[in-house]
Amino acid sequence: MTKKVVWVAGLITPVVIAMVLLFVGSPALTASDQPSGAKVEVKIDNFSFGPETIKVSVGTTVTWINRDDIPHTVVSTDGVFKSKVRDTDEKFSYTFTKAGTYPYYCSVHPKMTGKVVVQ
Amino acid sequence: MRDEKQDLIDQRLQDLNNDGVDRRGFLKCMAWAGTGLVWTLSGGIPASRAFAKGHGMDVGKGGDFSFVQISDSHIGFNKPANPDVTATLQTAINKINAMPQKPDFIIHTGDLSQLSKPSEFDTLDQALKGASAKQIYFVPGEHDMLTDNGEQYLQRYGKGTKGTGWYSFDHKGVHFVGLVNVANLKAGGMGSLGREQLEWLEEDLTGSSASTPIVLFAHIPLWTIYPDWGWGTDDSEQALSYVKRFGSVTVLNGHIHQIMQKVEGKVSFHTAMSTAFPQPAPGTAPSAGPMKVPADQLQRVLGITDVNYLVSGRSLAVVDLPLGDSDSSVSGTGRGTAVADSIIG
Repeated sequence: MTKKVVWVAGLITPVVIAMVLLFVGSPALTASDQPSGAKVEVKIDNFSFGPETIKVSVGTTVTWINRDDIPHTVVSTDGVFKSKVRDTDEKFSYTFTKAGTYPYYCSVHPKMTGKVVVQ
Repeated sequence: MRDEKQDLIDQRLQDLNNDGVDRRGFLKCMAWAGTGLVWTLSGGIPASRAFAKGHGMDVGKGGDFSFVQISDSHIGFNKPANPDVTATLQTAINKINAMPQKPDFIIHTGDLSQLSKPSEFDTLDQALKGASAKQIYFVPGEHDMLTDNGEQYLQRYGKGTKGTGWYSFDHKGVHFVGLVNVANLKAGGMGSLGREQLEWLEEDLTGSSASTPIVLFAHIPLWTIYPDWGWGTDDSEQALSYVKRFGSVTVLNGHIHQIMQKVEGKVSFHTAMSTAFPQPAPGTAPSAGPMKVPADQLQRVLGITDVNYLVSGRSLAVVDLPLGDSDSSVSGTGRGTAVADSIIG
C-alpha cells in the first residue's frame, strides 16, 4: 500500500514539475519571440521630457532616464504606470502592450508632461 | 503718545520715498546679491529698505515678538550647487542662535529633505535640535512627500494636523495658518490646495476678527510668480479671497530659493532664500534647476528670514538675512536703498 503511493508520487512529480515549468516559462518565451521588442529612451533634462511625444509600436519598452540634479517621477495621467521617485541617473522602464495614447507627467513637477503614442 | 519704534520705522520709510531706485532693479539685486531686506507693512502702506546691521527694531517688549522662517534645506542633496547642505543648514541655525532678540519659534516652509528618506529627516531633526527656538512649525514641500503619499512626513512633523498636514495656531494675537500645496498635483498644473483644504481655511478664518494680523505660510508661492516653471498655486485666488476682510495679511513661501515680494492691497507676499542652494531668477535659465555659483558666493544667496511683529502698528517686518556677511553684499545696491510706493503690485 505504502509502496504504491510512493511509486505513484514518483511518477506524477516530474510531470507536475514539467507542467509548472512549461506554464511559468511560456509567457517569457512568447514575449522574447515577439518581433516588436524595441527599446526607446526618453531623457529627463531641464525639467522636461525629451522627446515630449514619442510614437512606438506595440511591445516597445520605453526607458526614462533622469539627467537632472533634481528627482522626478514618470506617472501615467490615466493610472496605467507610475514610477518611484527617480533621482539623478536613475531609470524607469515600462513595456507598452496595447495600442493607445498614454499621457504622463512628473507628479513632483506637474508642469512636466509627455505622451507615448502606441500603434 | 506714539511708540518710539513706530516713529523710527516711519522716519525710515520717509527717507526711502525719494531715492529714485527702480523696484525691478532693486529686487533683482536683492535676489542675486542676497542683500538683506526689511519690509514693513503698517496701516496698509508697504515699504522696504535694505538691511544693515543694527536695524534698531526693539522687539521683545510688550506683545512684540519675532519668529524666523527657514526653507528648502534639501537634506540629502549633494550635487555641485552645494555638496554640503547639512553644513549650510547648520550655519543658518548658528545665525538664528546668534540673534540678539531670540525668536519665539521657527517656521520651516518645506523641502526639508531631498528624497523623503528617513535618514535625511533624521539629519534635519538632529540639526534643528541645536536651535535656540525649540518650537518649530513645518509645512511639507514636494520633496518631503515623494514616497508613501507623505505618510512619513505626517508621522514626523504633522501630528494633529488636518488632511495632508494643514493647521493653524495663534501666537500673541497673530493668527498663523500652515497650508499644504504640494499634494495631489495635477498634470500640467502648478501647486494646489484642493477643495477640502480651502473649505477648512474658510471656516478656520471665521474665528479671527478683522483686526487680527494673519500669517499664511506654505511651500509653493501662493501667488503666481512664473507659471512656466510652476511657480504658483492654481487655487490660491480662492484662498486669498478668504483673507480680504483682514487688515494685515502676510504670506510666507519658499520653493523658489530666492527672495521675491509683492504687495496687493493689505496682503504682502514674500518668498525666502533656501538654506541649501539658489535657483535662477524666472526665465533666466533653461530650467529652474539648482544654480551653481562660485563657492565664495554661496552663502550670500542662502539665508533665513526674520519676521518681527510690532503690536503698536499691528505690523510685521520681514528681514532677509543671507548666511554670509550682509554688509559686503549691500554694496551691489549702492548704499542699499529701496522704494516704498512703487512696490505695490
